[in-house]
Formats: sequence, structure tokens, C-alpha cells
Amino acid sequence: MELLKVDRVSKYFQTTGKKQDYCVFKDVSLAVIEKEFVAVLGHSGCGKSTLLNIIAGIDNATRGYVFLDAKEIVGPGLERMVVFQNFALMPWLTVFGNIRIAVKAAYPAWNRHQINEWVQKYVDMVGLTGAEGKHPSELSGGMKQRVGLARAFCVQPRILLLDEPFAQIDALTRGVIQEELVRMWFKTGITIFMVTHDVDEAILLSDRILLMSPGPDAKIMDEIHVGIPRPRGRATIIEHPSYYAVRNRIIKFLSQREEPKPARTMNLVA
Amino acid sequence: MNNSSTKGSLILSLVFLLVFLGFWQLVTTRIKSLPGPWPVAETAYYFLSDPFYDKGPNDQGIGTLALYSLGRLSLGFISGSLVAVILGVILGLNQVLFKAVNPYIQVLRAISPIAWMPLLLYSVQNSNITALLVVFMASVWPTLANTAFGVSSIKKDYISVSNILQMNPISRVFKVILPGAGPTIVAGLRISMGSAWVAVVPAEALLGTLGLGYFVWNEWNNLSLTSVIFAILIIGMVGVCIDFLFNKLAKGLAYVD
Repeated sequence: MELLKVDRVSKYFQTTGKKQDYCVFKDVSLAVIEKEFVAVLGHSGCGKSTLLNIIAGIDNATRGYVFLDAKEIVGPGLERMVVFQNFALMPWLTVFGNIRIAVKAAYPAWNRHQINEWVQKYVDMVGLTGAEGKHPSELSGGMKQRVGLARAFCVQPRILLLDEPFAQIDALTRGVIQEELVRMWFKTGITIFMVTHDVDEAILLSDRILLMSPGPDAKIMDEIHVGIPRPRGRATIIEHPSYYAVRNRIIKFLSQREEPKPARTMNLVA
Repeated sequence: MNNSSTKGSLILSLVFLLVFLGFWQLVTTRIKSLPGPWPVAETAYYFLSDPFYDKGPNDQGIGTLALYSLGRLSLGFISGSLVAVILGVILGLNQVLFKAVNPYIQVLRAISPIAWMPLLLYSVQNSNITALLVVFMASVWPTLANTAFGVSSIKKDYISVSNILQMNPISRVFKVILPGAGPTIVAGLRISMGSAWVAVVPAEALLGTLGLGYFVWNEWNNLSLTSVIFAILIIGMVGVCIDFLFNKLAKGLAYVD
């Protein structure tokens, strides 16, 4: 079933002194079905984070509509939790406190005991047991994003929006957290929409990759079904016969700079 | 903190004190009518040995007077700060309003609170309330400006998180906005407290309401310069103690981004 639908969304920025507004992207349409993991891949500055913010409701589209469960989205909401690139943890709260404000907001009727139990469950899920009392400044990037993930998962949203979630984490830790994310995604049966510029991350994690052309006037140019079966491992995925076919196609797309061709789809099934 | 450097600072502080006392003594040998350190110390001993005596409404112990001043300060400061923080949060969250009001804040905060006194006294016809209002006026502006600035410069991400979580306005203010702007607000409160304490003394002196400022003026009228100098020292010491408390508060609310 179609969970998220982005319908011809365009974003323009007003530019001072110029007649025409700057067009970040134009007429972007996409759909995400339930329990799917979809990644939008594109160059830095192509507007993919802006697209994610529009879906999250923390930015406004100039034109177009976004639907969740066939209802139009106006403003942010708990059913669309965001995991931020720069973590966006409240520095004055502890690990526990950062997750707790989300739980309290999502389940206002719960008592203190229920809330704390729920928070602890997610602290344990992301492997931060023992670090509950620490402040974000005392944590490594990887640990910070574990808190970010726990905060997002604990409210049980309809869809999880990941905005380059692992870009600021060192490469070794990144791989571990990516695999943990997949495990949590499997376990919870949640739908995930991610934007990234990391090709290997997109292939490792996604069911489907949408390729976005560089801005201005960015568009979604192509769609790739990553047919590689799960569970995928960082070490084993590269041995799969279609891995390089997918990867090369993405690299080719990212390195081309001429006028983009119209969108088409291609299925690479293992 | 490095232990040996703390020790060094302490020794240097004592050296400065001795130099100051020596200089003071030297000045008094030139200006014979000016009391030196020793008579002031004797006066201090006299006043401090019975700080809470009560010899009628116009002759109270120095401790009692200090408490009067502190009470006036607390009342004016707390009410002023409350107004300042509430207004500051509103302005900080509303950039259009902030920009519209900011020029007036800048003008108002440039005015010495003492300058309001005649107008206030004429309006309320009561010296105690006037003194309170002067302290109130002195407390408002730095906190207001700092709160508005602190709130408006909270990272957009934190606001986004509170929007996504659909937090209600009350928890938004108390869980995100106030803690986020906390360090900046406390910095404002500290400046406000300083200027409020500075305003208390002349307000009391001019209005004749019981307190340390009144004491200074009264002793000047008695031509007792030793008492005046003693009062100056007390005013300074009380100020230092207040600032120390704010330092503690600032440390408690600080966070590492």
C-alpha cells in the first residue's frame, strides 16, 4: 500500500535583486510503499534535504502536495520522525532525557513509570545501556546518532525520515550503525525514507534508490530497484553479482553533468 | 585550576590590598580630615558587633539596614526579571515584533533608573514604592535584551524537533526554549542584578527609605566620614556575595553544545 506520496512538489527560493526566483527542484513526484526503505541519492546541494524537510513539514513547498496515508500533510507531526544529520539533540538533556521528551510528547497519557520503561527499552535497543546519564557533549558521533535513532523509533512513527544520518560519523562506526538500523527497521516493520550522497550506503540499505539530478531545477531522473537479497552485510554485498551493475549505474549518473535525460526505470532483480 | 597559580593570585591579591591600604594611609596624612584605615576598622567593629540594634525608626543596626536594601533589591529584581523574561521570550520568538520594539528597548535601557525617580515619586506619592520601581526599572532591560537575543538564537534544529514532537506550548517553553536560552538569560540576569544593586543605593539615599543608601546619606549629613567609608565597603561586599550566587547559577545552567 502506498504510504507516502509526493505529488509534483517544487521549491523556489526568493533571490534578492533577481527577476526570477531560484528553483531548487521542480515537479518532484515519488511514492513510498509501506515497509519500504527508499533512498534519494544526489549531489550535495541538489535540494534533497529540502525535499525531506518538506515531507517532514518543517519546510514549505512552493507548489505541490505531500500525502501520508492519503491525507495531505500540513506542518510537522509525530507520525513523521526525522533523524538529523547533525543529530539535533538537546545539549542540556541527558541521553535518557532526550529520548524521554519524545516519549512524553507521543504518549501524554502515560504515567512516569510507563514512560521511563519505554525510554529504557529504546536505550537498550540502540545499545546505549549504561550511558543514559551522559550529556550529548560526552558522546561520540556514533553514540549521538544512536540517541537520534532511539528518539525517532520510540514514538513509533508511520515513516522515518533520515537526513544523511551517518554523514558525520567515522567510517568504521558508520558500518556498524547502518547494520543496526537495518535490524531495527526489520524488527519494527517501519517505513524509511532517507536522503544521502553516499552510494554504498544507499545500496546497502535501500530497496529502491531514486537518483536526483544536481540543482538548480533538480529532478528525480532515475529509479533503481536494488534487488540484492537481505540480509545484506557490508562485506558480503560486494560479492553479489548485481552489486557492481547497480553501483556503476549510480556512479555514471553522478558523474554526468550534461542535460539530464527523461526519467525511466530499470529493474535489477537478483 | 592549577593549584600553584591560584596560590600566586592569592598572594598578589594580598599585596594589592596592602598597597591600597598604604596609599590610603598616605592620603590621610595629607588630608587630615579624611579618616584612615584604622578609624574605619574601629567603626566597622562598632557597627558589626551589634548589627541588628534598634534605637528607634531612624537608627537601626547595619545588618537590619542591609536586609532592608536586600529585600528591596530582591522584590524589585524578581518582579523586574519575571516581566523581562516573559517579554523576552515573546520577542525572541517573534522576530517582527522584536525588530519593532528593539529601538525602544535600546533607548529605555540607556536611561539611568535614577532619572525616572522624580516622575515615579510624583506619580505614586510613596517613597518605598518608588524605590522598588527604580530597582524594577534597573532590572528589566539587560535581562529583556539578553532573553530576546538568547531565545531568537536557539538553534533552528531544536525548534524543529519540538515542532515534530508536537510539544505543547508549556513544555516547549520549559523544556526547549528556556533551557536553550538559559545561559544567555542568566548572563542578562547577572548584569541586571548588578545595575539593580547600583540603583538601590542612590534611590534609598534620595528617597530616605531605610537601607544602606539611606545610611550613607545620613552619615554624610552627620559628617561621619568613617561611617560613610564603612558603608561603601559593606555595599561592595554585599554586591560581591550576590554576584557569587549568580556565578553558581550560571555554572548550573551552562551546557556544552
